[in-house]
Amino acid sequence: MANVTLRNVRKTYTGGFEAIKGVNVDVGDGQFCVLVGPSGCGKSTLLRMVAGLETVTGGEIDIGGKVVNQVEPADRDIAMVFQNYALYPHMSVFNNMAYGLRNRGMKEAEIKTRVEEAARVLELTSMLERKPRQLSGGQRQRVAMGRAIVRQPKVFLFDEPLSNLDAKLRISMRVEIRKLQRRLNVTSIYVTHDQLEAMTLADVLVVMNGGQVEQVGNPLAIYEKPATTFVASFIGAPPMNLMSTRADEIKSQLGGGAGEAGILGVRPEDFAITDQTPSGGVALPLTVEAIERVGAETFVYGSRAQNEQRVAANPGELPPGEIIVRIPGSEAPPIGQQIRVAAIRSKLHLFSGDGRTRIEA
Amino acid sequence: MVEQEGFRRYVAHIILWIGIAIVAFPVYVAFVASTQDNALIANGQMSLLPGGHFFEVYYQTIFVGTSGSTREPVANMMLNSLIMALLIAVGKIAISIISAYGIVYFRFPFRMPIFWLIFITLMLPVEVRIYPTYKIVADLHLLDSYAGLALPLIASATATLLFRQFFMTVPDELLEASRIDGAGPLRFFWDTLLPLSRTNMAALFVILFILGWNQYLWPLLITTRDDMQTIQIGIRKMMTTNDALTEWPIVMATAVLAMLPPVFVVVVMQKLFVRGLVETEK
Amino acid sequence: MQKQAIFRSKLLPYALVAPQLAIVLIFFYWPALQAVIQSFLLQDAFGLSTSFVWFDNYVELFRDPAYFETIVRTFFFSFAIAASSLSVALLLAVMADKPLRGGAVYRTLLIWPYAVAPPVVGVLWVFMLHPSLGVLTRYLRAAGIEWNPLLDGGQAATLVIIAAAWKQISYNFLFFLAGLAAIPKSVLEAAAIDGARPMRRFWTVTFPLLSPTIFFLLVINIVYAFFDTFGIIDTMTRGGPGKSTETLVYKVYNDGLIGGNLGSSAAQSVILMIMVIVLTGIQFRFVERKVTY
Repeated sequence: MANVTLRNVRKTYTGGFEAIKGVNVDVGDGQFCVLVGPSGCGKSTLLRMVAGLETVTGGEIDIGGKVVNQVEPADRDIAMVFQNYALYPHMSVFNNMAYGLRNRGMKEAEIKTRVEEAARVLELTSMLERKPRQLSGGQRQRVAMGRAIVRQPKVFLFDEPLSNLDAKLRISMRVEIRKLQRRLNVTSIYVTHDQLEAMTLADVLVVMNGGQVEQVGNPLAIYEKPATTFVASFIGAPPMNLMSTRADEIKSQLGGGAGEAGILGVRPEDFAITDQTPSGGVALPLTVEAIERVGAETFVYGSRAQNEQRVAANPGELPPGEIIVRIPGSEAPPIGQQIRVAAIRSKLHLFSGDGRTRIEA
Repeated sequence: MVEQEGFRRYVAHIILWIGIAIVAFPVYVAFVASTQDNALIANGQMSLLPGGHFFEVYYQTIFVGTSGSTREPVANMMLNSLIMALLIAVGKIAISIISAYGIVYFRFPFRMPIFWLIFITLMLPVEVRIYPTYKIVADLHLLDSYAGLALPLIASATATLLFRQFFMTVPDELLEASRIDGAGPLRFFWDTLLPLSRTNMAALFVILFILGWNQYLWPLLITTRDDMQTIQIGIRKMMTTNDALTEWPIVMATAVLAMLPPVFVVVVMQKLFVRGLVETEK
Repeated sequence: MQKQAIFRSKLLPYALVAPQLAIVLIFFYWPALQAVIQSFLLQDAFGLSTSFVWFDNYVELFRDPAYFETIVRTFFFSFAIAASSLSVALLLAVMADKPLRGGAVYRTLLIWPYAVAPPVVGVLWVFMLHPSLGVLTRYLRAAGIEWNPLLDGGQAATLVIIAAAWKQISYNFLFFLAGLAAIPKSVLEAAAIDGARPMRRFWTVTFPLLSPTIFFLLVINIVYAFFDTFGIIDTMTRGGPGKSTETLVYKVYNDGLIGGNLGSSAAQSVILMIMVIVLTGIQFRFVERKVTY
């Protein structure tokens, strides 16, 4: 058990590419920290640096109060679960789990106890003599976790462990991982590109993009007050609607200072179809383009008259084509109809023109 | 990993360079010897740096030959080696690819027995059947001929197996589309299958060329005339003379020249070479 | 075994396989058959009469202690060549497998010796270790070793082994590189995190996972030592001094061409054939069981 602290960590590859541009994160003892972000944002690189599998160009990585930059992976007292499980193909399940303990010179009797206990918890007891190639994906995943658990390390590291599993298994394993971590109370760092996984697992959520941390905090806090347009559209599905505040109809409704801000964001569930205009809020006319019914709710896609005012979350990206509105139930206006949607003031998110700063109105 | 840094990396580099040195040293020595004066060498005084006789030695080697037991200029021998190697490589690829085509894409009586007949030849290199083969080649009046040099070495099945394996991975849809387009078997082979097989043919060519060029025992047996010798025989013959008479610079120059074409091929066509090697051994 | 989509021609397939079949029959099976028949014959010294002697040639071979010695010697050579060549190649492959800068350059620099012909290998090494004018001989003398492979059988054998192993290094290196590349990097990383240092990682994870390749190369190297060393031996020692470097295949050549005993030579060929078939059979059997994960 220990906390993990990253102080101004940087990584530059030979050739000049800066993969990690100064990251500061504090993970408390026993906390579950999730690193989330799109492909290439550096989250896996950061995790591997904590593991010692990648070198650190600048800054410090601290485990349990000790700086570990120069410490070999074997000596960091950590355990890692890989995306493709990385089980030892030529060893039985038992030996896969026993390997780390044997390397540390533990007595065989104690190894046996620990491995069997972990196998019991993970429901692997009947498979201890099998080889990895005889196991299914989910079983291999559990062996990978068993291998990590028996070590009783200071920190657990997970590198997208559920990405190779099918959807249903992913959900059940997600819950299992969380329960296990709570029971063992081991500090954990978990990498994923799936924002849903991130939201449901994290005590501390770290949203990354392009080698930098966009926001750190409690998942719900991030959801309710995203710090940048990137975080705003990355967390939450369907993504937040982003509009330029320079559009006349919006500017006039927001009033003075707010109108100069740059970007207005409203989540799909915060728009209601109504003819009223709440005071201080925003209302927009839309033409219904498409409808998606998923049973418990419906997504209505509507386009605005002045499409040139659309905004993208990341500069250089194509802006979303339409405004998305989420309404409960399955009743929805027909395609082609003109509707009005409105959002109240407290549900409005204002960002600066470059999307990098949140403005509190 | 962290541990890859510093010390370990240097050690790896050092070991690799030692390996390269071990591998290159003999050749370097040969080259150096080929540029020095014979008297020096015979006295055991050869230095480790190249001497100044490069042009004379190589000129004599290539165009004149030694005054020893082989009077054949190396240029001739290299030509023989080249023709033999090309015949073997091209010949083997040609008969193997059509053979594999026949076995994979047709159904006919005795198909399997014929396949096994060809397959078994994989097992035995020419060295175990040299004398009888020699007799047959002699009876066919093919001694001292390019055909005699090349034909027995075309007999084994490695290429056929490789092409067969490859053809099995070609999607059936290609054949069906071809058929619908009105193509017969020969058309299909020429227009579709052959172009697809190009990389495999190239890889095989590299391996077979080297194999052919380096052949030793067989050419030794069936060539009696000096002007039909391959370069490998030439080298061997140069060594037969009494030590005192051996013109080492020429011998070494011949060795260097003998190495050049196959080494050149390996280095320039490295990707194909590696691929060919790995595929044929499977 | 057979594709689903095929052509229906009746005669064409025969035409397609005919060239190869013809060559194989004429230049492989017919000679092989001849060799077997010849092994049952005994020719007199002048080649004037031949008599059918059943297994006499074979019996004589098995009674001959020299033949037995040759078998032992050949196996000894094979293992010595295989062992030294494989270990050097493995070391180099492990070093080259690391994500070093210039990895591709190293590979090129280490694989080209494959192209060197056996007789050339022989010439190179005989030159370097020549008793009187060899470059390396000087250093051996300085170290106090009396080096004369022309007189000392053990030294001659060592010479052949070194030369043959040298040639095989690049071939083995290539296959080891491929084998190492097939081991998933993440498995080694997991081992590192599991507390295994580099040496331990190598012996407990890399080596076991490399064993199919090692076994495969072992058989290939042995077969190589049986046959491809002919060129090396013929240029270096010609089987001498005494019989100290005469391997099975060289004996076939010696007894047949030089000694004129075609019957015995043929019998030896047949025995060699059987040995190779057995070795290749073993290889097919065990390498087919390739590890899949």
